[in-house]
Amino acid sequence: MSAVISTDICIIGAGPVGLFAVFEAGLLKLRCHVVDALPQPGGQLSEIYPKKPIYDIPGYPEILAGDLIDNLMKQIAPFHPTFTLGERVESFAKLDDGSFRLTTTDGTEVQCKAVAIAGGLGSFEPRKPAVENLERFEGGKGVHYMVRDPEHFRGKKIVIAGGGDSALDWTNFLANVASEVTLVHRGTTFRGAADSAEKVQKLHEAGKIKLVLSSNVTHLHGNGHLQEVTITGNNGQAETVPLDAFVPLFGLTPKLGPIGEWGLGLENDAVLVNTEDYSTSLPGVYAIGDINTYPGKLKLILCGFHEAALMCQGAFKYIYPDKKYTLKYTTVNGAPSL
Amino acid sequence: MENDIRIYVEDAPGQRRELEAPTDMGLSLMELLKANDYPIQATCGGMALCATCHVEILAGPPLIEPSDDEWAMLDTLPVLHETSRLSCQIRLQPNLDGLVIRVADPA
Ligand SMILES: Cc1cc2nc3c(=O)[nH]c(=O)nc-3n(C[C@H](O)[C@H](O)[C@H](O)COP(=O)(O)OP(=O)(O)OC[C@H]3O[C@@H](n4cnc5c(N)ncnc54)[C@H](O)[C@@H]3O)c2cc1C
Ligand code: FES
Repeated sequence: MSAVISTDICIIGAGPVGLFAVFEAGLLKLRCHVVDALPQPGGQLSEIYPKKPIYDIPGYPEILAGDLIDNLMKQIAPFHPTFTLGERVESFAKLDDGSFRLTTTDGTEVQCKAVAIAGGLGSFEPRKPAVENLERFEGGKGVHYMVRDPEHFRGKKIVIAGGGDSALDWTNFLANVASEVTLVHRGTTFRGAADSAEKVQKLHEAGKIKLVLSSNVTHLHGNGHLQEVTITGNNGQAETVPLDAFVPLFGLTPKLGPIGEWGLGLENDAVLVNTEDYSTSLPGVYAIGDINTYPGKLKLILCGFHEAALMCQGAFKYIYPDKKYTLKYTTVNGAPSL
Repeated sequence: MENDIRIYVEDAPGQRRELEAPTDMGLSLMELLKANDYPIQATCGGMALCATCHVEILAGPPLIEPSDDEWAMLDTLPVLHETSRLSCQIRLQPNLDGLVIRVADPA
């Protein structure tokens, strides 16, 4: 755990709306720190549809979701935002001086003057397979639902479970990093992603990985840290495999999570806001993008961008109640910088 | 309406709810379920990209085989049944009259 991160606005969620909020804040000389549960920025666009074209971003007749995120990252770079990725914001305290202290799942602490919740449909959480004891080995004891840093697996024996894109892609990638990779898949074939499935097959034939089809990981064993897993075939035959890490990759799905427990006004799992500045029921805390709701709300990127601009004005007033601000066009000030 | 079909949703063992569905509006089974307040997220809005509209087909007329995209998405699920489908990929058409389904547990 590192020292407390200190910033002006802590943005929860690195989706398109959270990212654009960094830009709008930067125009007001407010610094931002962005936290996301996912290991990469982009929210739904990176996680669900990076290769799909979007047609309703003003000024872009057509842009791939992944490219829009790349562009946003470029656009906000002059404001030097800092990021904590792969960690979920868990809790949240308002201090006596009106500032806030946020804590993540990994114990990272962020001290900030205002909070912008841009949590979308919630934090992306892994789908978990039905294996007994799974929870016992979470949190660094051998079960990993995401590959945050492939180097973590260097020289290790790992078992990956899953049959989708990410299971195949990581099997291919980690074959050259880990000392031993076993891929366990419930089916007999991989019906999606033909390219990566073929690569996996080739690695298997070359003896570089082990491929166990028509099987599931059914039991985990270990004293404190995970030591062995039992792989059971659909025919009932079981084998026990020693390992350092078990990596079930069954995709991620958004869950509202801790945001729902912070005492903010909610309606249908969305945070109620005042559309003047997208403030929530707690002064100094704002909610923008898919996570908020108000009469006429549309869950669109375009609308989230607008909300980000107004939110930053509100946050500025909250942080500097005595300062006056007059809107300046970006064209007047030239290339943006902090 | 003459174009309407009936879809049966098994809410609990032996307990079926009948849904009447129009076939002339280009609706998917996912949209029908959402319209009837079934708790499916359908995060991706029907693009076979999220697998949060997972259903099990219990009985009824044969369906068109899943597309490669649908298979790929089904393969990402931790729990899959013999007759699992993504409801957003099933268009409501007259030949589906009498289909019986169950909404899978959200993973
Ligand atoms: C398939 C698909 C197609 C779409 N097409 C369009 C389109 O054509 N046009 C359009 O305008 N919109 C489209 N949308 C909707 C658009 O993607 C959303 O409106 C947009 O992603 C909302 O952005 P956001 O930044 O508010 O939230 P998100 O993109 O959902 O990002 C929120 C982020 O917050 C993180 N988070 C949440 N809680 C926490 C926490 N406690 N701690 C840490 N991190 C947290 C999540 O992990 C996530 O990464 C589409 C959506 C999908 C799924
Ligand atoms: S609604 Fe997303 S896969 Fe069906």
